[in-house]
This record gives sequence, C-alpha cells and structure tokens, in this order.
Amino acid sequence: MLLEDELSLLEALRDGDEQAFERLIEAYQASMVRVALLYVPTRTLAEEAVQETWIGVLKGLNRFEGRSSLKTWIFSILMNRAKTIAQREGRYQQIAWEEDDSEPSVSPTRFRMLGSDYPDHWKAEDMPDNWDAIPEEVLLNQETRRYIQQAINALPESQRIVITLRDVELLTSDEVCNILSISETNQRVLLHRARSKVRQSLELYLSES
Amino acid sequence: MNSPELPCKELVELVTDYLEGTLSPADHKRFEAHLHHCGGCRNYIAQMRTTIQLTGTLSEDDLSPEAEQALLDLFRDWKREQSAD
Repeated sequence: MLLEDELSLLEALRDGDEQAFERLIEAYQASMVRVALLYVPTRTLAEEAVQETWIGVLKGLNRFEGRSSLKTWIFSILMNRAKTIAQREGRYQQIAWEEDDSEPSVSPTRFRMLGSDYPDHWKAEDMPDNWDAIPEEVLLNQETRRYIQQAINALPESQRIVITLRDVELLTSDEVCNILSISETNQRVLLHRARSKVRQSLELYLSES
Repeated sequence: MNSPELPCKELVELVTDYLEGTLSPADHKRFEAHLHHCGGCRNYIAQMRTTIQLTGTLSEDDLSPEAEQALLDLFRDWKREQSAD
C-alpha cells in the first residue's frame, strides 16, 4: 500500500499526531502480521513480533534518519523481532539465500528433443494453455487461492519469503533486497524459482478442475 | 547479422528478468521476437502474469478493531512518555 509523502508523515508522528499513526497501522499492520508468520509458527507469536516492532518504531522514531524508507525501516525491525522470537521458540533456522537449486522452471519433457525439428520448443501436445477462457469465478474462488497459498507454503524457505514479500505484500525489489540484505540478482533468481513453481502448481490444479 | 534464436526452453527461464525489465536490450528484442511468433510462450507469459495477480489476492485480510485500539493505546503511552521527557 502506498502512503502519502513519508517526510510529512514522519513529522506528524514525531508531533504525536494520532491519525498519522492510525494511517501507518492501516497501511502496514495486516501485512506485518503475515510477514512475521514467515518466521514464527503461530499468529499469536506473529502479533507479538508486530507489537514489539511498533514499540521499536516509536522508540526509534526520533533517531530515524531516513537513510532507508520508513517502510523498509519498519519491516527490517519486524524481521529482526520475528527472528528473535523464532529463535526463542527454537524455530529459527539459518536461511539459505544463496542456495543454488537449478531445477528447470518447466519440466524438460515438455520440449522437443535436440535433433528434432525445432529443438527445445514446446511439444505440440504439451504447450501451455490459454487461460483466458477460464471464468473469473474459478480463478478467484477461495479454493484456488487456498491452493496457491499451499503451493507457496511448500516452497523452500528463501523462495517462500521472497515471493510473499514481492507478490503478496507487493514490496518493491529494492525494498525486499534491503529488508533481507540480499543482492538484487539473488532476489530475482529466488523470485523466478518461486513464481515458476507456483505457476506450475496452478496449471496442474486448473487442468484437473 | 542474425542473433541466435531463443528456444522456448530458454525463454521460460528468462520470464522474470523480462517482467522485471532487467534483460539487456538485445535479449529483450530476442525475447519479444520469439513471443511474436510463438503462441505457446505467449500463453506461458500470460499464465505467469495471472499467477502473479492471483498471488496478490492472498493479502485480503483486515485488522480487527480490538487490535487497532491496542495499538492506539500504545501510541498514547509513547506520547505521554515523550512529553514527560
């Protein structure tokens, strides 16, 4: 969600403007709980992480120098709090950001063999379908969305975190790189693997339903 | 000069770079040239866009009034401490 000009918001917050804080909560709270859930196992713990984050934000507000955006700063605090809580609960594992899983995005069996006509192009019978004909009610129903969520939950941790921040919470690539302290290329590779797998699951699901 | 043709199998690995706008101008051209004549890959990209859109709908979730009130109380406490300093 996009907030108004951050500088004026920051100023209002420092002046104790309650409405400014309300706007901040409305913009980020729900998203923060979901992001915390990437690290901690229960909603209660996620809410604890978020609550602690707001305390940290208020404490740090006067020292915040605006070297990153307010949003990036808030989510970075959140990540740290969530990790600390996960550690306390014995649930934290080091995340393998650089792990190279070089699985192809699409099963190689769907492409023509080398030495055939048009090698490495789609086999006629295995071409991706046009989804335009699928009614919106099917695409947007609860079951489809649950299925997508399950596909995301099944991803390796690094991919699950990146796709959630980018495609569910709609953070920008810059924001995600800053919050997770990973390189832009690394972030893009993880996003690609994640999206490719979710697409694949969705394709399977839609072909069966 | 002809740049080598981009096969479908390679194109599917470049989709995110394409959507993120990080392909080199030459690769971008090859990518679009391929899409122009390949319905399978056009469908693939469209599927990917649909997947991204649907993933974006997972965030529909509202804050309970109680939770919001608790946070406002937090802010009021902070404000009091500020003015006490």
